[in-house]
Amino acid sequence: MPVQLHAKLIKKEQLKPDIFKFSMSAREIVDIAKPGQFIEIRVTEGIDPFLRRPISIYNMDKENGILEIIFRVQGRGTEILSRKKEEDLIDIVGPLGYGTFKLEEYKNIAILGGGIGVFPLYELAKNASKKITVNTYLGFRNKEAVLLEDEFKEVSNKLVITTDDGSYKVHGFAINELKKDLKENKIDAIFACGPLPLLKAAQNLAKETNIPCQISLEEKMGCGLGVCLGCAVEVVTGGYEHVCKQGPVFDSNKVII
Amino acid sequence: MNTEVNFAGIKMKNPVTVASGTFGYGREYSQFFDLSKLGGIITKGTSLKPRDGNKPSRIYETPSGMLNSIGLQNPGVEYFITHDLPWLKTQNVAIIVNACGSTIEDYVELCKILNKTDIDGVELNLSCPNVKAGCLAFGTTYEGVKEVTSKVRKVLDKPLIVKLTPNVTDITLPAKGAEDAGADAVSLINTLLGMSININTRKPYLANNTGGLSGPCVKPVAVRMVYQVSQAVNIPVLGMGGIINGDDAIEFMLAGASAISIGAGNFIDPYTSVNTVKGIEEYMKKHNIENINDIVGKVEMN
Ligand SMILES: Cc1cc2nc3c(=O)[nH]c(=O)nc-3n(C[C@H](O)[C@H](O)[C@H](O)COP(=O)(O)OP(=O)(O)OC[C@H]3O[C@@H](n4cnc5c(N)ncnc54)[C@H](O)[C@@H]3O)c2cc1C
Ligand SMILES: Cc1cc2nc3c(=O)[nH]c(=O)nc-3n(C[C@H](O)[C@H](O)[C@H](O)COP(=O)(O)O)c2cc1C
Ligand code: FES
Repeated sequence: MPVQLHAKLIKKEQLKPDIFKFSMSAREIVDIAKPGQFIEIRVTEGIDPFLRRPISIYNMDKENGILEIIFRVQGRGTEILSRKKEEDLIDIVGPLGYGTFKLEEYKNIAILGGGIGVFPLYELAKNASKKITVNTYLGFRNKEAVLLEDEFKEVSNKLVITTDDGSYKVHGFAINELKKDLKENKIDAIFACGPLPLLKAAQNLAKETNIPCQISLEEKMGCGLGVCLGCAVEVVTGGYEHVCKQGPVFDSNKVII
Repeated sequence: MNTEVNFAGIKMKNPVTVASGTFGYGREYSQFFDLSKLGGIITKGTSLKPRDGNKPSRIYETPSGMLNSIGLQNPGVEYFITHDLPWLKTQNVAIIVNACGSTIEDYVELCKILNKTDIDGVELNLSCPNVKAGCLAFGTTYEGVKEVTSKVRKVLDKPLIVKLTPNVTDITLPAKGAEDAGADAVSLINTLLGMSININTRKPYLANNTGGLSGPCVKPVAVRMVYQVSQAVNIPVLGMGGIINGDDAIEFMLAGASAISIGAGNFIDPYTSVNTVKGIEEYMKKHNIENINDIVGKVEMN
């Protein structure tokens, strides 16, 4: 059940010129949140920008009630958010989204992330790696864009980093490295988040190989709670489901993206 | 202090309702507060048969507001009756169903069904800008509104509120159409037709190209229309358009609204509606107002 609270910004870090990490005190959310869920942030007390901004949960310290997010400055809303200072209170609603990453009974999973899509995958990898084998494949544009390498290394049995231009580690797309490994390793499920081309490629791979695949989607949101029906995603059975309600994580075979 | 209102025969604890399409059928917001704190709930636009709605993107934020082109996605009236109504009935709040259709027959059939249920009233949506057929076509003229409303009136014994579109030259004409056809009240405004263009792709942001504008940016337009309509008709007005707090609500009531609705304001804070109830009470205390009904239409024009 989501709550609204004013979370204190305990620690603010600038990971890149345009990427910020916030650690906030949000016990009521952390106590109940699951990997794949997100929060909605009101970046101003006023009415412009008007709507809340959806941001994924990156990491949770359940013991200390700390919620961490990482976001890129995209436009005005995230720019205003990036100017918050430590000790400021941040108006958040969460946790949101009933469609979370589900580990089922899988023994070996692959995590596939691209660019700023890697953030929601960390909490999943962290939890999974305590019990099962996690192979992580993360793709970035170039060396400068590479994020969270050490963090993911710690929660993965194997970590492959690729760059589109070959300026760091493997040259190429992360999904191709995953495909290579599929020939030798057994993978029970794929968990993906990233730009649309990556999600589409993951969807196709899942179809070809019959490996279950869960993907995390984004869409413009009004309420974040499932009432406005704004964040629609087309489903193969006809009609629409909603990113903030049945998602943000969907079975890749279910949605048309 | 008395905040109770009898709006078109619907008894409400206070004049604050939540606007159609911004509160679902109530369950989601009941996670945050007790719905009985509100005067009434107006449901998502509900049609005879389920509707899929429009292609995404359906939402685009604008300065102090938003555009939407949801396209009346809803599970249909039968689903509402079996799935949501029994639960809503336990919430101790007035239930008003926002009814929409594509043809006059749809509206009549739908209201026949609703008449047999345990709801408190019907808000006839003759004004949705996001669906091609129906709705808007009837809602823009005196004759159109009168025709649909009088046919519905024949099959509906419950309080009937007709929701008006602001996308007309003179909103008092459709309002009079509703009154002359026997409506118990009118509600306004629905969303203003708008458009936003992505200058990089040269495409409109909404897949539907155009959408309905709402939120605080429309408030002065809505207040003006509520004033005009309340001057022109003798039935009560349910006012809405950009209300996010008690002061906004009072402004609409002074302009002539007997009750108000909160729409997009629910999205920016889940507690907007209950905080509006509190804000109204604070205003009453501060200005020594015993009965909220006493301020309706009490604007003093220059
Ligand atoms: C479920 C979910 C989880 C997300 N998690 C993260 C995250 O962990 N880190 C991160 O950096 N970003 C994340 N995003 C994207 C983030 O919400 C947008 O970058 C942000 O809303 C942009 O706001 P803005 O005002 O800075 O940009 P503007 O482009 O000025 O925003 C204009 C409007 O479009 C909306 N919008 C713009 N881009 C997106 C988008 N990609 N998805 C949905 N709405 C958008 C905004 O919310 C706003 O209403 C997530 C989006 C969703 C839907
Ligand atoms: C996302 C969204 C969905 C809406 N759906 C409906 C609807 O189904 N039927 C209807 O009559 N009005 C609908 N409306 C209009 C609102 O009920 C209200 O008239 C309008 O938004 C103005 O109020 P506001 O500025 O407080 O949002 C919708 C508005 C929004 C923002
Ligand atoms: S954002 Fe309102 S339903 Fe998803």
